[in-house]
Amino acid sequence: MSDLELRGVTKAYGNVEVIKGIDLKVEDGDFCVFVGPSGCGKSTLLRMISGLEPISGGDVCIGGDVVNDLGPADRGLAMVFQSYALYPHMTVRQNLSFGLENLRASKAEITERVTATAQMLQIEMLLDRRPKDLSGGQRQRVAIGRAVVREPQIFLFDEPLSNLDAELRVEMRGEISRLHRRLNNTMIYVTHDQVEAMTMADKIAVLRDGRLEQFGRPLDLYNTPDNIFVAGFIGSPKMNFFPGRVEAGGLRLETGTVVALPPGKFMLNEGEQVTLGIRPNGMQPAETGLPLTVSGVERLGGESYLYGTASDGTAVTVHCAGQTKIEPGTQIALTLETGEAHVFSTQSGQSLLRKGA
Amino acid sequence: MTAFLTRTRGRKRLHWTDWMAYAYLTLGVLLMFGPVLWLVLSSFKTERELQNYPPRLLPYVQKMETVPGYDKPLPIYKVTAGPLAGQEVAQIRRIGLISQVVKPSDPKTVLKVPFKDRKAVEHVALATSNYSKLFERFNFFRFFYNSTFITVMATLITLLVNSMAAFALSKYQFRGRGLVMALIIGTLMIPPTVVLVPLFLIVRDFGMIDSLWGVIIPGAATPTGVFLLRQYMLTIPDEILDAARMDKASEWKIYWRIILPLSAPAIAVLAILSIMWRWNDFLWPLIALQKQENFTLQLALNSFRGEFTTDWASLLAMTVLTLVPIVVVFAFLQKYIATGIASTGGK
Amino acid sequence: MLSLITPLMQIIEWPMRALQRILGPRKLAWVFLLPNLFLFGFFTFLPVILNFFYATTGSDHILLEDRPYVGMRNFDELMNCTSYLDPNSCQIDLFWRAVHNTLWFIVLQVGFMVFFSMTTALILNRKIRARGFFRAVFFFPVLLSPVVVALVWKWILQDQGALNAVLDHFGLQTVNWMLSPTWAFAWSVFISVWFHMGFYTLILLAGLQSIPRDVYEAAAMDAASPWRVFRKITLPLLMPTMVVVLVLSLIKGVQTFDEVYAFTGGGPGSATTLVIQFIYQNGFAGAPRLFGLASAASILVAIVLIALTAVQLWITRRNANG
Ligand SMILES: Nc1ncnc2c1ncn2[C@@H]1O[C@H](COP(=O)(O)OP(=O)(O)OP(=O)(O)O)[C@@H](O)[C@H]1O
Ligand SMILES: [Mg+2]
Repeated sequence: MSDLELRGVTKAYGNVEVIKGIDLKVEDGDFCVFVGPSGCGKSTLLRMISGLEPISGGDVCIGGDVVNDLGPADRGLAMVFQSYALYPHMTVRQNLSFGLENLRASKAEITERVTATAQMLQIEMLLDRRPKDLSGGQRQRVAIGRAVVREPQIFLFDEPLSNLDAELRVEMRGEISRLHRRLNNTMIYVTHDQVEAMTMADKIAVLRDGRLEQFGRPLDLYNTPDNIFVAGFIGSPKMNFFPGRVEAGGLRLETGTVVALPPGKFMLNEGEQVTLGIRPNGMQPAETGLPLTVSGVERLGGESYLYGTASDGTAVTVHCAGQTKIEPGTQIALTLETGEAHVFSTQSGQSLLRKGA
Repeated sequence: MTAFLTRTRGRKRLHWTDWMAYAYLTLGVLLMFGPVLWLVLSSFKTERELQNYPPRLLPYVQKMETVPGYDKPLPIYKVTAGPLAGQEVAQIRRIGLISQVVKPSDPKTVLKVPFKDRKAVEHVALATSNYSKLFERFNFFRFFYNSTFITVMATLITLLVNSMAAFALSKYQFRGRGLVMALIIGTLMIPPTVVLVPLFLIVRDFGMIDSLWGVIIPGAATPTGVFLLRQYMLTIPDEILDAARMDKASEWKIYWRIILPLSAPAIAVLAILSIMWRWNDFLWPLIALQKQENFTLQLALNSFRGEFTTDWASLLAMTVLTLVPIVVVFAFLQKYIATGIASTGGK
Repeated sequence: MLSLITPLMQIIEWPMRALQRILGPRKLAWVFLLPNLFLFGFFTFLPVILNFFYATTGSDHILLEDRPYVGMRNFDELMNCTSYLDPNSCQIDLFWRAVHNTLWFIVLQVGFMVFFSMTTALILNRKIRARGFFRAVFFFPVLLSPVVVALVWKWILQDQGALNAVLDHFGLQTVNWMLSPTWAFAWSVFISVWFHMGFYTLILLAGLQSIPRDVYEAAAMDAASPWRVFRKITLPLLMPTMVVVLVLSLIKGVQTFDEVYAFTGGGPGSATTLVIQFIYQNGFAGAPRLFGLASAASILVAIVLIALTAVQLWITRRNANG
């Protein structure tokens, strides 16, 4: 069993708390992605799991055992670092064997596992080179190989693709996903790129400022975000937010527009300040509706995006299928598909979606 | 004079300031190399040649010839006056003002030539007699061994101890690190020259006075070395160490399998510096080593001084032998030493 | 070499791994520091402290418990002068002679050394053929040992030496250099400059080469005369390096002993006895061994050195910040 459980883990540097109590359970075989803005504590959390960073409070459990006091080598984990951290003075082969040697594996076994791993990652022809003679993508493969070769219970990745160019990143993304399907190990993957998170993850943990904001399947996070932060962070382009207040079961936005909501879906209190969230594809240009001053148009061929401001100054992005004829500078109106709308309490930021609805 | 002080850009014809510059540099070559070259040349002169005044530039040796009937080769002279004028003769012995000579072609007939009427037949050649006598008269190998032993052991210990400390100071966060750094800066301010008396007592209490270890140990931990290595190790990314920790490497293994190989350039610089310091070290060995059998080459050389008459023949040979290893080693590594010394302030 | 190191390191690995298990990786840092701190402690810090005990005790015993406390008497004796300008008026006249010699020595040596290394660096910084060779030539004496340097020059300067032969050849008056106090001193300064000049040349050259090329190009665009370029650009930009060279050479100048002692032995008389030699002679060379006096003198030297080093650190820090 190689599931991972965090129970109220905290981390403080001096009296600065960077991880403020996180509970999380990653099931065996899951591909779990930690996302969050820069500096939110993703790397710190990952390093706490790995044992490289001692934890200040709470428990880290692997396969049901508390491993707080085990060193990084004894937790049965392997990690791929953002900078790859290949040993510059060793050949690829030596890089791969170093960990096995430390585990006192036999020579034959080392050779066998290194060869097998190299074959799997297609780096056999690189085995006798040094890291400085490899391309970025090749280094990335070697770094993954170094983790794979040890057959760990859990893989940890810390932004492994951030040093690659866009094209290679897409390719490696697919490769890591394939690797996961093939090894069927638990993997924990840190990134600040929500596209990576959406495409690769079985489960996503959204972190902000040392706290877990939401943990769940990618589409669950997309469809039913728990709070404004997750709603804004997941999905691209970003969700549009309109401030307003509850009025007679519906919403009156600051722009003056009144929006009717599906009855019973949200827990609304008359007069409460709320925020309406609508994704760019939840709005359509129409004859009447929310007035919008278009300031920019992006025509991508198959689809188009309109950028503009509502009358209260809110920035709005609209997605249109096909090639739109709307020009910048024009005034248009938008209809809102309230079936896909989200409503959040402005004060707490929490979703007002009625549970079970 | 003005352009002389500034850079000149690529120009086809040499400006007069360029001529001045080259003149200065040529003079510099003469002044820097000349004296040492003169010493080396002198060391290859025979003892008799060394007595000559004025000295001649190149070393000469007298022509010797084996003459039938005589066991040893005889020195050859050219006769300058008298009936034999212009002929080469071999001298058997000299009695007062008269030389007894024979013609090599006619070894039976002993002739007499006034000693002022003959002139040695010489040719330019290196006489190695000073060197062979040096080995006979002095325990040169002992001094050489002492110097080598001190240099090698001290350098190894310095590298090990300094790199361990530098590793701790560059790659660990621990309480007291700032204090340790401050102490090491403090040691930079205290050259051994100002603590000679108590240092002598301490080394004596360790039982190391008049032992090579008494020279090796006290200076083995150099603050310069710690700084140099620490500065370099700081540039090694911490993620590599973390990767090794994930690979189940112990901290000691990280030190010698990862950190040491990656710091090789800095370690090489420190090794070179340490070899130079130790080989050339003088004041502390002068105090710590008292029996002649423990002397380093530098002490042995110095001990020639002050004796009533200086045995220049052996002294010159020994000086050359002392200077040769360091010059040879460093002829190849000149660039590294230069940068190494410049980057550390040469201490 | 490597085949020797690997087994050694593997052997050390056993106890170190055990220690790591006991102490944890963080405290292990102290284990790595320990050998170095041990050596520093015993052979640098402890001597510094003991030095004060020696300086405040008398007699020629080496063991501290045999030495009676005398307070500041050693310092008083050293400083007991009618006039500091006249060593003969001092109780320990040799000390003051050594101080005077050292001061003169430093002034002359540092002055000449800075001048010549600056000139050499400026010339080497020009477009010169075989610059690497010339740089090596000037640097070469730095590698020699002080004793060798002393002997090289003694051989030239001896009564029947090469220099006198040359003078003779041109019909000039020969001098028995080593027997004349003034000449022995002058030559001591000379060989010291000869010995160390290459080091400072190297530092200054590095300083000159770190001046960005485009500054000179901008000056050329402004049609500045070479003299003005030197005065207004090279000198000011080189000033930080100059100051470092100056302070460093002062620090080393105060500590001069090796080459001068091997060259003259301090003589003739005490004409070339420097302060460090005074310490050495009182503590180790002659009987009775005046450890107290030697320690007191070395504390005075240390004060000067610490002041100079503080200046140096202050300047390097200011340069780093500026
Ligand atoms: N050693 C440390 N001492 C003090 N604060 C630290 C230390 N290491 C990290 N932090 C702080 O902890 C917070 C989380 O850092 P962390 O590296 O985990 O961020 P991250 O989410 O990985 O960001 P990024 O996406 O930029 O990598 C940051 O605010 C950082 O400043
Ligand atoms: Mg990070």
